[in-house]
Amino acid sequence: MSKSTFYTSVGYKILMALSGLFLMLFLAQHLTINLLSVISAEAFNEASHFMGTNPLVQFLLQPVLMFAVVFHFVMGFVLELKNRNARTTDYAFKNPSTSSSWMSRNMIISGITVLAFLALHFIDFWIPEINTKYIVGDMSGLMADGSFRYFHELQHEFQSLPRVIAYVLAFGFLSLHLLHGFKSSFQSVGLTNGKKRVTLHKFGNVFAIAVPLGFVFIALFHFLTQSH
Amino acid sequence: MNLKLKIWRQKDANDKGSMVDYEIQNVSEHMSFLEMLDVLNEELIDKGIEPIAFDHDCREGICGMCSLYINGEAHGPDRRVTTCQLHMRKFKDGDTIYIEPFRANAFPVVKDLVVDRSAFDRIQHAGGYISVNTSGNTQDANAIPIPKDNADLAFDAATCIGCGACVASCKNSSAMLYVSAKVSQFALLPQGQVEAKDRVLNMVNKMDEEGFGNCTNTGACEVQCPKGISLDNISRMNREFLSANITKG
Repeated sequence: MSKSTFYTSVGYKILMALSGLFLMLFLAQHLTINLLSVISAEAFNEASHFMGTNPLVQFLLQPVLMFAVVFHFVMGFVLELKNRNARTTDYAFKNPSTSSSWMSRNMIISGITVLAFLALHFIDFWIPEINTKYIVGDMSGLMADGSFRYFHELQHEFQSLPRVIAYVLAFGFLSLHLLHGFKSSFQSVGLTNGKKRVTLHKFGNVFAIAVPLGFVFIALFHFLTQSH
Repeated sequence: MNLKLKIWRQKDANDKGSMVDYEIQNVSEHMSFLEMLDVLNEELIDKGIEPIAFDHDCREGICGMCSLYINGEAHGPDRRVTTCQLHMRKFKDGDTIYIEPFRANAFPVVKDLVVDRSAFDRIQHAGGYISVNTSGNTQDANAIPIPKDNADLAFDAATCIGCGACVASCKNSSAMLYVSAKVSQFALLPQGQVEAKDRVLNMVNKMDEEGFGNCTNTGACEVQCPKGISLDNISRMNREFLSANITKG
């Protein structure tokens, strides 16, 4: 008889994939709301206020998201170290590009870049947001003139060229991360087989390029439509 | 053709080892890679130098004994062949060829290019079998109907010769392609169902115990596998693992 345990290489791989899949769902949701800022400031304000004050989003989805982000990064580092330790004497001659993509071999590099971007993003948006709502205690989402603050805050962040360049670079690396991460997640949870794998790979490539491109478009749109 | 060879030499498991340069002249393009090494060894013996130790047995791509990491690729630059089936026509006159043992902590070097792959045997012992009653009442296997698609997929998985190219080519030294092939060949057949849950859990646990790395789905193993074992097997093993964990409690 075997003892049933999830704490094995396959178990960790499945957990990495599940947290990755959740983060990709979050990315799609985040992009949808951000795209509203291009179409209508009012719609963006409404959606942001809903997400920022809805108890289900704030006290259930937000903690789950935080957990998924921390888990994905910590496990990513732990598994990378473990994998490096599985071969302590390396080859004298390596030729990895003949059998695997750069993206698949360097998830740690693209991941660290995305992590650095997340730190910037937290300083820009998340920490001030938490401060306003839960420390200052202002849940109204309004500025002194009585209008919603969300669209104004978004535009303010995209006034700076270095910040926009950082965003574009980070989303470039996110795209590289997703080009492998999307299909890899489905493979890890056992959802890819034969023809299904080819279709998923195609869809994954579209997702990995379109979603980061959407965020880049939003940053550039707000930078270029503001007077500097 | 004339070639420059850079070959890993290591006296024994405790020796540090290093790459040593050799030159070989008049290599026929019709030679197999191992025949080229045989000729080099003859020359070394004539000069009173210890010949290079390397694994081989059937020399027809079936036994899984030959290995070698040639110019950064397991079993060399050709596809769907083992080193013994690799011909020198794949190289050009004047080429420099790096020849190294399969590298992984779970595959320690025994001598020169020979590595100990018995970790694979121990994984196999942990569950890569079916328990069959051989008391005389055994049912004829052909009496059990099996869908053709499943029979074909099980056969494809069973063509894994356990050479270890998947481990050697994986940046993480992961053995998941090998283990998944051994899990799949039974998971697809009714005879394998009785012990299916124990099999996948025991084999995965043993794989971890042996010190192989984790799979990050780079796909290098599938490309470098001389038998073309598909990544679909890893996907199947992951499903089997999930299902075993959920239903076994």
